[in-house]
Amino acid sequence: MEATDVTQKYDFNVVRWFSVATVVYLVFGTFVGVFIAAQLAWPVFNFDSPYLSFGRLRPLHTNAVIFAFGGCVLMASAFYSVQRTCGVKLWSNKMAWFTFWGWNLIIVLAVITLPLGLTQGKEYAELEWPIDILIAVVWVSFTINFIMTIATRKSSHIYVSNWFFLGMMVMITYLHVVNSLAIPVEMFKSYSIFSSVQDAMIQWWWGHNAVGFYLTAGFLGIMYYFVPKQADRPIFSYRLSVLHFWCLMFGYVWLGAHHLHYTALPDWTGSLAAAISLAMIVPSWGGAVNGMMTLSGAWDKLRTDYVLRFLIMSLAFYAMSTFEGPVMSLKVVNALSHYTDWTIGHVHSGALGWVGMVGAGAIYHLLPRLWKTEMYSAKLVNMHFWLATIGIVIYIVAMWISGIMQGLMWRDYDEFGTLTYTFAESVSAMHPYYVMRTVGGFIYFSGAVVMLYNMVMTIRQASREPQMHTATAQA
Amino acid sequence: MADKIHSTKFQDKMERNVWALLLTLMLVLSVGGIVEIVPLYYLDDTMEHNARPEILWQPKEGETLADWKPGDGIRPYTGLELWGRNVYIREGCYLCHSQMIRPFRDEKERYGHYSLASESIYDHPFQWGSKRTGPDLARVGGKYSDEWHIKHLIAPRSVVPESIMPNYPWFTENMLDVARVTAHLKGMQTVGVPYTDEDIAITAAAVEGKTEMDAMVAYLQVLGTMAKLDHGVVYRE
Repeated sequence: MEATDVTQKYDFNVVRWFSVATVVYLVFGTFVGVFIAAQLAWPVFNFDSPYLSFGRLRPLHTNAVIFAFGGCVLMASAFYSVQRTCGVKLWSNKMAWFTFWGWNLIIVLAVITLPLGLTQGKEYAELEWPIDILIAVVWVSFTINFIMTIATRKSSHIYVSNWFFLGMMVMITYLHVVNSLAIPVEMFKSYSIFSSVQDAMIQWWWGHNAVGFYLTAGFLGIMYYFVPKQADRPIFSYRLSVLHFWCLMFGYVWLGAHHLHYTALPDWTGSLAAAISLAMIVPSWGGAVNGMMTLSGAWDKLRTDYVLRFLIMSLAFYAMSTFEGPVMSLKVVNALSHYTDWTIGHVHSGALGWVGMVGAGAIYHLLPRLWKTEMYSAKLVNMHFWLATIGIVIYIVAMWISGIMQGLMWRDYDEFGTLTYTFAESVSAMHPYYVMRTVGGFIYFSGAVVMLYNMVMTIRQASREPQMHTATAQA
Repeated sequence: MADKIHSTKFQDKMERNVWALLLTLMLVLSVGGIVEIVPLYYLDDTMEHNARPEILWQPKEGETLADWKPGDGIRPYTGLELWGRNVYIREGCYLCHSQMIRPFRDEKERYGHYSLASESIYDHPFQWGSKRTGPDLARVGGKYSDEWHIKHLIAPRSVVPESIMPNYPWFTENMLDVARVTAHLKGMQTVGVPYTDEDIAITAAAVEGKTEMDAMVAYLQVLGTMAKLDHGVVYRE
């Protein structure tokens, strides 16, 4: 039988472990998210405990969803698709296991150190220097293994998903190494070698490209493999993929400074970033169109294929947030939106809608293939899809309202020319929307729990029917 | 078939040779960062004190941090303030409070003079923040009394009923460790903050017996008060 050869031919065990870890971290990361959302609605949830206070748990939430969930799904899909598209085993299976255990050790260390308050104080780069060194080593091991697997490939050309993965690996190496440069003073305390404007620029060069490369280029790599595979059709346009790949690689790097409009960063830097941000709509939509149009002529598949629904919906959210982003990078809009919840809403439409859904779609594609069985329940996949979609919509609508309201209240003047609202009044006006956000987040989180249950049942089901496969393998 | 070129010669080369692809990506990906970051180190108008040196404190021969008076100019943090700043970072205050006032009329009225780049020259890392779940703190120094800050940090809702800030009762319980503060000041020296050895020597006495609450209040009270800024002067275009 043809199908039985696949698991013999490739190194899939490490992909299995990464897939399981992905779903576990999705549940964990979104749970912490719901918890801190509740803290903003009802501060009593801080419990007067240092280890549970919002300021220490928010980095835990961002690290858990970006590096634990995002990292594991990227590594699972990159290690899987690079083997399939190159027609060879991983260059080093041992090294892949090193990457797996190393990455999970980093996550465990993050879960311990962040609630203890051990942080560099840079957003999305909170982990202290010993963990940073570990991240660099593990990330480079992932990169080397990936490149060497491509170098030993049997196919003549390198497939498009691999270009995107490679771009992500190079850029994240640059960003992580430069942004984390610091002088240690203690085992878990260091001081960044940068300060002021230069530090701000480097931090947001990192911050925006963690989004641009880790959460965009990497997940486009996932999209370029899993969408055509799940739809069973070739990618819509090869030319478009070439064009938007190089535009994205060159352009995304410039955007960071749009996080610093009207700050002490010189105006030229922010304006340059805003101009290129606007231009980035083209390559971003290039990717979204390329993915969606892959279904052209086969849209009926969406009616029956729940996994495809995840993938296509993720592209819709990708298109939406890559339109919203450039709009928010315009100085006139940014003057209102900066410092408000609108930014939080924007991030989550990208993170929950694009990253979360394309990631879940990829894992749903992988599970039956890795364990050689059917999904335990297709209905539950559909249920997860709807919980996720409804959860996201509630979340981002809440943040749009609260964000724009904050922006307007802060700059509002009464008829005497004095500020209408105190800051505290704007805080209390946010309460209903913070409750609404918590509800939306909880719905999204319950979708993740459904996925975890479905995955566990699928794996159990597979372990009950292994005889058939081993029998054919021996024959 | 395998030799056929489906795109341009360049693209075909990229797709056939992973090393060529890797090298090209390394070059393409480095451009944006270099263009935006490197000039910030040598363009004179990036830091306002290049044109107006008076906003930075220039200690005279033999002067230490103890001789500085409010308004004398931007100076490195004292050991006590630095520790307060460490607590600020440890608790993740920067996730809800910005320290960067933008040059808008409403921000000027709410928070004060717009922030200058030179004001965070000794901030490793910078703490401009990205979110105002709570108000901006760049010029909170001197706005409230020490007693108000202590009450507010222990139980924010006792003074601001609408507040959603967590309580920080443990600040009053944790004592400062002189050896650690000294080591941190030396670390700051290594990253380029101009502490003199005398500055470090006088720290021991200043932090002996102090709590994290003392440190936090000292830090909050100095924020934005170092340089005396003139509303009539254009510091930044």
